[in-house]
Amino acid sequence: MIVQPVLVVAAALFSLGIYGILVRRNAVMVLLSIELILNSVNINFIMFDTMLADTLMQGQIFTIFIITIAAAEVGIGLAIVLMLFRNRQTANINEFDLMKW
Amino acid sequence: MEIFEIVTYFVLLALLSTAIRVVTTSNVIHAAISLVFTLALTAILFLMLSTEFVALVLVLVYIGAVIVLFLFGIMITRAPLGKNAELDNDKNKKLGAAIAGSIFLLFSYILINGFDGDVTITSGSSTELLGEILLSRFVFPFELVSFVLLAALIGGITLARKDEALIDEDQV
Amino acid sequence: MVKTNINLFAEGEVVYTDGGVLAEFAWVLVVLPFIAALIITFAGKSLPLKGAEIALGTIGIIFIYSLALMYLHVTEGVANEFFINVGNIGQFDIEFGWVVDGLSIMMYFVVGLVALLVFIYATNYMEGEIRYTFFFTSLTLFAGSMLVLVSSPTLIQILIGWELVGVCSYLLIGHYWEVKDNSSAAMKAFITNKIADVGLMIGIIILVLNTGTMRISEILYQATHDYPAIKNVAFAAGVLLFIGAMGKSAQFPLHVWLPDAMAGPTPVSALMHAATMVTAGVYLLARMFPFYQGIANEALDIVMLFGVVTLLTAGLIAIVQDDLKKVLAYSTVSQLGYMVAAIGSGAYTAALFHLWTHAFFKALLFLGAGSVIHAVHSNSMLEMGGLRKVMPKTFSTFIIGTVALAGLPPFAGFFSKDEILASFNHEGETTFFFIAVLGAFITAFYMTRAVCLTFLGEYRGHGHPHESDSMMTTPLVVLAVFAAASGWVNIPGVYTGFTKWVTTRKNPIIEYHPESFDLFALGLGLTAGLLGIGLGYYLYQLQGSAETGDDKIKIEPIWKVLENKYYIDDFYFKFIIDPIKLNMAKAVDAFNTNVIDRFVNGFGQLASFMGAIVYNNIDQNGIDKVLNMSSTGTDSFGGKIKLLQTGRTQQYLMLFLGGVVTISLLILFII
Repeated sequence: MIVQPVLVVAAALFSLGIYGILVRRNAVMVLLSIELILNSVNINFIMFDTMLADTLMQGQIFTIFIITIAAAEVGIGLAIVLMLFRNRQTANINEFDLMKW
Repeated sequence: MEIFEIVTYFVLLALLSTAIRVVTTSNVIHAAISLVFTLALTAILFLMLSTEFVALVLVLVYIGAVIVLFLFGIMITRAPLGKNAELDNDKNKKLGAAIAGSIFLLFSYILINGFDGDVTITSGSSTELLGEILLSRFVFPFELVSFVLLAALIGGITLARKDEALIDEDQV
Repeated sequence: MVKTNINLFAEGEVVYTDGGVLAEFAWVLVVLPFIAALIITFAGKSLPLKGAEIALGTIGIIFIYSLALMYLHVTEGVANEFFINVGNIGQFDIEFGWVVDGLSIMMYFVVGLVALLVFIYATNYMEGEIRYTFFFTSLTLFAGSMLVLVSSPTLIQILIGWELVGVCSYLLIGHYWEVKDNSSAAMKAFITNKIADVGLMIGIIILVLNTGTMRISEILYQATHDYPAIKNVAFAAGVLLFIGAMGKSAQFPLHVWLPDAMAGPTPVSALMHAATMVTAGVYLLARMFPFYQGIANEALDIVMLFGVVTLLTAGLIAIVQDDLKKVLAYSTVSQLGYMVAAIGSGAYTAALFHLWTHAFFKALLFLGAGSVIHAVHSNSMLEMGGLRKVMPKTFSTFIIGTVALAGLPPFAGFFSKDEILASFNHEGETTFFFIAVLGAFITAFYMTRAVCLTFLGEYRGHGHPHESDSMMTTPLVVLAVFAAASGWVNIPGVYTGFTKWVTTRKNPIIEYHPESFDLFALGLGLTAGLLGIGLGYYLYQLQGSAETGDDKIKIEPIWKVLENKYYIDDFYFKFIIDPIKLNMAKAVDAFNTNVIDRFVNGFGQLASFMGAIVYNNIDQNGIDKVLNMSSTGTDSFGGKIKLLQTGRTQQYLMLFLGGVVTISLLILFII
């Protein structure tokens, strides 16, 4: 398998995730975009793992850890969104501007 | 071109298109479903790279659990189902696209310049070896991650739970 | 940092060892009380015994440590010193450290034992008094300061310990400062000591400048090895150091603070008069003894003269005092006179021996007096009497103390006083010898008087006195044992261990040691003591009631002089304090108004005129404008850039990522 296209697609996924974070209004959608970023990182890890034929398989192990952490992150993130929604009756993050001057 | 290569390109293209759909669609449910497809395609890619354990974990954890959580989140926050023009922040669109595009170009430039070559995929399962490594050399981070999960579990419950004082008030 | 001094003094005859680990860690003795004081200050009030347990524990450790040192010293003989360099001023190294030799170990032991017993006694005596915790903080500090002083191998540390002792005594004497007399007494003690300290300080400066070192051992080495620089200043330095010692050791005419210091609680008096503070002066003279003996012999004559004058005058005043504690206070002054006079006559061991025995029996007497005062709630002996029956333990221990002080065999005071008398006799100081014998007679007389007025006869006070708790009587019993037996360590011709102990030093001591009892001195001293006791008993017990005893021997003019303490206090007030207060203050006031004020006013007017010019031209139009502009500039600029802070996370992230991209591009393509 050729390496470069896979890596470029991973980079594209990463930028798309950033685009989503910057543009989306709904907090759940932002979390969705973050998943996209994490996924792109996973692809990179697996690709490099295969490419380098690491005997310790560190790429795969890191991917597993990332998936675990991502699951935790989603749980916490959605709980926070729920909390915000309960207090402000909205999940639109551009309406949360408590940090304003 | 071998058939394997064609399949690879096809998977990559599909991956890219579903990912674009995740961030551009104006329907929240569609976005979530697109993410399912993205992840499934990623899992296929992993299988093609003969890392079947990770692929299965991805399917089980992401598609089986995380996406379900997302759907719950969407429904609980009463996001308008169906098309919704308000989903995107139009003011940010141009600048966001510019930044994301430049990051893409930057990464592509670095990756294309840095890595090149062809990978020969070895057939056969590596899961047994992976399990041994994970539970011997990486057993400490493994346990640590389980602790992080526990903390996230407790944190999630604490955050999402209704305030007891408020409940009491409601009852009165 | 810790380095052992090179052994410059190996030519001494006495065999000694370096003391090993025990000596190396003797700094614990000095450091521990200060740590304990800190702990008591911050945590004392929340403890079950309100901090007393920490003080007791600390002093207990110190006592055990000093006991171990004492054992080591008695068996092997220890002399060593340790230095820690903490910096230097010009060519002078500022060094602290600790000395472990015969003199120091003897002092450690005395301070440790007496302080331990006083602390035990005080936990009971001070129970329920105000500032209980603070009292123990100060008491611990007091003992610690004395340990700093006696452990010091350098003059600078001596000075520090000296002043610390002064401060702590000020705090303790003025413990009940709500009463004006008490705070004045504290002030008096502090100021009198301070005046003397000036002498000490100048003496130290002279010595240090002329020897180039602050180490006492090296100064003494130079003093005994014909170094010319120190020889020229020997007399002046010797006298100045003695002035310092006069203050702390209450020598005539600077003794005035000590009787007033009775304003403090009795445990403080006991500690101050027995182990700490007043022994400091004698300790200093003893520490510098090779210097005095080697090149400052003329100064020694002055030391002896003052000592003898003190022992006689203070003893005479003690006869007319009605306050039990004041009798003991003047007795202390008198006994200190003996010690100082002994040093002056060159009898180093005799002076320290008297310090050693005196510490025990004077502590015993003071604690006994405290027990009595605690029972009858009065200091005046006129309100006591007949306490023999109700306070048997206090009475019997007090009697032992009295007999020890009066110098009857086989009690401690007998041996030490006899050695002083013997050394006077040996030196051929006939006049001083007879004055000292007279002093012994007076001592016995006033102590008998005190015992008769306090314990014999009928009770004259009010209320119902009772025996004190075992917490108070146990220290009395222990001290009574020491008051009886502590003299046996130095019996001429039988066992002279004490002489060996205190002369085991790095700087050899050359002095006369009696091979056997000087029968002439012994006989006269013993006769004087017996006569004093007999006369006292006859006047105050056999001849009617106690109050009329004074009338029998009263010689009006002399009595008046004695009751007014030779008018020394009046003299100080009339010729020193009042002139300063009235005349000098007036003169200074006039000078102030007419010269300084006028000058200052003129200067002020000039300044205000100049100021007006500066204000209008430079300040308002120059500096202020710049400042205002900078502040308004900051304000408006801030008003503009604060708009960046929108509170929208996405916008922040966008800016951040834009920055990341820019910097990455810079790194990739430009740099």
